[in-house]
Amino acid sequence: MSAAVPASQQAAPQPVPRPQPRPARRGLRRRAGRTGQYAALLCYLVFLAFPLLWLVSTAFKSPRELGSVDPTWLPRHPTLGNFRTALDEQPLLHAALNSLLVAGAAALISVAVAVPAAYAMVRFRGAVSRAGTGWILVSQMFPLVLVIIPLFMVLKNLHLIDSRPGLVVVYVVWTLPFVLWMLQSYVKAVPVSLEEAAAIDGCGRLRTLRSVVLPLLAPGLVATLMFAFVTAWNEFFFALVLLKTPEKQTMSVILTHFTGAEGAADLGPLAAASLLATIPSLAFFALLQKRLVGGMLSGAVKG
Amino acid sequence: MSAAAATAEPRPGAGTPPPRTTAARRRMLGLDRDAWFLLLPALIPVLVLSVGPLLYGISLAFTDAQSGVTRSTSFTGLTNFADLRLDSLFWDSFRIGLIWAVCVTALQLLLALGLALLLDQNLRFRWLARTLALVPWAMPEVVVGIMWRLVYNPDAGVLNNTLRHLHLTSGHTDWLSSLSLALPAVIVVGVWAGMPQTTVVLLAGLQNVPLELHEAAGIDGAGAWRRFTTVTWPTLKPVVLSITALNFIWNFNSFGLVFVLTSGGPGGKTRLPTLFAYEEAFRYGQFGYAAAMGLVMVAVIAVLLTVFLRNRLKEADQ
Repeated sequence: MSAAVPASQQAAPQPVPRPQPRPARRGLRRRAGRTGQYAALLCYLVFLAFPLLWLVSTAFKSPRELGSVDPTWLPRHPTLGNFRTALDEQPLLHAALNSLLVAGAAALISVAVAVPAAYAMVRFRGAVSRAGTGWILVSQMFPLVLVIIPLFMVLKNLHLIDSRPGLVVVYVVWTLPFVLWMLQSYVKAVPVSLEEAAAIDGCGRLRTLRSVVLPLLAPGLVATLMFAFVTAWNEFFFALVLLKTPEKQTMSVILTHFTGAEGAADLGPLAAASLLATIPSLAFFALLQKRLVGGMLSGAVKG
Repeated sequence: MSAAAATAEPRPGAGTPPPRTTAARRRMLGLDRDAWFLLLPALIPVLVLSVGPLLYGISLAFTDAQSGVTRSTSFTGLTNFADLRLDSLFWDSFRIGLIWAVCVTALQLLLALGLALLLDQNLRFRWLARTLALVPWAMPEVVVGIMWRLVYNPDAGVLNNTLRHLHLTSGHTDWLSSLSLALPAVIVVGVWAGMPQTTVVLLAGLQNVPLELHEAAGIDGAGAWRRFTTVTWPTLKPVVLSITALNFIWNFNSFGLVFVLTSGGPGGKTRLPTLFAYEEAFRYGQFGYAAAMGLVMVAVIAVLLTVFLRNRLKEADQ
């Protein structure tokens, strides 16, 4: 601000010829800068997009074309054969159902458990809420390997190894830190004055939570729910360790079974199955892209 | 504040008006009980399945626990760590893990910073880049791995094909099986997969950079680089620090991507410590030994981060 003042003062009293060449040069430089920027953007676009395009293209190629020495970007004869093969060969639909059940249950339970806790952590700042925040941070630091071994032993004693409910329980705990963190930022956005008004009208704590806070949280709840769902749907490590029976395995584990067979002809179904597995999370991000980025933005502003 | 209210409680007449104190007291008591009640559903699973196992896991590192063995495990003190110290395979894998984590984190930061600065400009096709930058985030780890296996495929892969057409190489490189190329190839995938998150966070940080200051510096004749170092960077620095620290932890602990890409091969050249510990635990059943590895990993991360953050914070103070 202090810099803007002298510049404008100088411009007024002495109209020297200096300003004239300056915009021209600046314009040239700016145009060169712009070109550079677009070139850089293009590089990024290529880097980000080419594996994706290749995946899509592979999914629609016939086995014959995949075996050819000179693969092309666009499939010469696009087919849906790979999708059919993928669905026939491996119990892909069954795995998708497993993923759906496990991720859905985990997301619901996780959010249900986290809403009151997030509310308590935001509204009653104290030792407990500090410990909670600390745990959210620390839980990010530990390698899953260190957690999975004792978890495996605990679940074994509870007879929850190789069972979908066992995996649900693990996912609830595993998604909880982030769900709590997300919900806290939504709770913070609910004005306290509304709750005070409800209290004056004679609402108890829980009644306030149910009929004032929850409705206001609804959009945030949906976003958090979907986030938890996608996180659980995409998860691989726990599912790999905890589920052994193929009929119980989730999508991400079943997909790695495809990679076992190496022939070029199998690449098509593999790509097709991968695309199918990505649909839920892509749909989620497409729906929530703005909000998600916005949420990160507001979080950063507060931080 | 609660402490002040508590001390004021016994003598309501002094200083504070009586009605408020009674209300505050009643509220405080009620709140405390409610707070516990509200926290309990989250607290129980966390204690039973997160904090508990973590402590249990740490204690396992000092035992000879094995999977599927009926005899009871016994406390062995530091034996696991003594063994680990001489286990050259583990330290090889540890070194690989560090190379992986440092390279991926650094490249992620540089590329994401560049992209975030570009996306912060008013460019055409920005929406496309924004959308594309989010896609890797949305994809399951396993799918990212599979996708890049298709790209790196020696015969049908797009990479070799393109290089062949550009006459850069003979075009038959087996990226993921080559002893020297496997780790760099895997690192590229790690960068691709982790860049979006970093970009979004940095982009968010850029919104905090005061526009007036930028304009003022521009009027004063500061070039783009000068404006970046003097205006953008100071505001962005805390965000960069925290996302770098988090990225480092995530990368060091990552598992699925490399598991799908190479399963640690060729010849252990991409065997990250997490993969090593996984094999030790679930292929060979050495639970105690694997837990000790996990603990060493945590310890090293903690030390590295402390050093990193302290140095940076000191710099920031000066």
